[in-house]
Amino acid sequence: MAHPVEQMDMTDPMVPTLARILRKRVEIPGVVTFELEAPGWQGFAPGQFNMLSLFGVGEIAISVSGYDAEPDRIVHTIRDVGATSHGLSLLEEGDTMGLRGPYGVPWPVADAAGRDVVVVAGGLGLAPVRPILYHLLANRGDYGKVTLLYGARRPEEILFTEELGQWRAQLDMDIEVTVDHASPGWHGHVGVVTTLFRGADFNPDTTTAFVCGPEIMMRFAANALTDAGVAADDIYLSMERNMQCGIGLCGHCQLGPYFVCKDGPVFTWGQMRRVMTVKEL
Amino acid sequence: MAIDGLEKIVAGHDLFAGLGDTFLSTVSGCATNVRFAADEYLFHEGDAAQQIYLIREGHVSLEIAAPGQGRMAFQSAGPQSVVGLSWLVPPYRWTYDARARGDIRAIALDADCLRAKCEADPALGYAVMKRFMPTIVERLHHTRLQMLDVYGTPG
Repeated sequence: MAHPVEQMDMTDPMVPTLARILRKRVEIPGVVTFELEAPGWQGFAPGQFNMLSLFGVGEIAISVSGYDAEPDRIVHTIRDVGATSHGLSLLEEGDTMGLRGPYGVPWPVADAAGRDVVVVAGGLGLAPVRPILYHLLANRGDYGKVTLLYGARRPEEILFTEELGQWRAQLDMDIEVTVDHASPGWHGHVGVVTTLFRGADFNPDTTTAFVCGPEIMMRFAANALTDAGVAADDIYLSMERNMQCGIGLCGHCQLGPYFVCKDGPVFTWGQMRRVMTVKEL
Repeated sequence: MAIDGLEKIVAGHDLFAGLGDTFLSTVSGCATNVRFAADEYLFHEGDAAQQIYLIREGHVSLEIAAPGQGRMAFQSAGPQSVVGLSWLVPPYRWTYDARARGDIRAIALDADCLRAKCEADPALGYAVMKRFMPTIVERLHHTRLQMLDVYGTPG
């Protein structure tokens, strides 16, 4: 349903503004990308998230998957997995949703300048790291070797295939994609994303790694990176928990000593290594 | 190719990196340089496992064929990988197909030759097994992760 979008007071972090859908794109079945406009929105840093709401249904935390140098385009990639995400994914261009944010600790992309960068993504985890890739490509000369290692379930579930092709064509970033389950006609790598580390070219002493995906995958990837010699505090993960307030008040997203919404969602492996193996958390 | 050239190549593969000169010379006595063209099979399921392949260049697709479904790739192996572990365990038969995805350069180790040398010299056998075990354990870990289907729809 379309509503007029007016500039709203966004000083109260708990009050959503209305964001209008400018463009909608179905990435793969069950995953859509929205490009939104929300007058008054202040822009974001890679790794931050917004709380998106479908009024009367619910609110969910979704990382921004666009380019931080284009703050007028608020880009979110959403997988249809629950009531709210399902309702949101049914919205069309011109419809509105609630939006508040951005929140959270971003990826320290600028701090990685001068170093090799390894981005490891799994499944829908490619969306939260896409802002990193935009930044790296726009500032390519500021970084050493840049590598993207991406794992998906099946070839049909690979996200952003068009952009992956464009990034490959630029020849200044190594991109390797693997799938867990190959379909007939797939000629790429088969196996979990950590199998790609063997062929990756980076200096572990001067590497910053950004990892995003299912938690089990992130644990395996972080362990593989430390096995390769990357320091635990140079490995950054984006954590996902049940975020509700987004500002560290309600405690729903508590993970050990941290509130994921406020202290994260980006943490170092040094911070997360212990809490990620506690079953009760 | 001269033996010393082969030794250098075998020593340059991750599997045998750091192996002592004597063992390296013994192992290299079982080695030959091989090439495969794209879509050529390194071996087929059910055949005798007579070689171990140390991949130098290119990628190999490990596949199982199923009636009505064609060939299904369950793993790929690239440079510095080892293709073929069935030579270690009786009855020494391949349990899958290995197909070259593109041009392949590899070292083929004759399995009978290497097994005989390992039997004759337990110290060599232990050194060789220690080098194969990480590959076996790594494959087991990766298979577990694949089976968890972590990218599947939650809930």
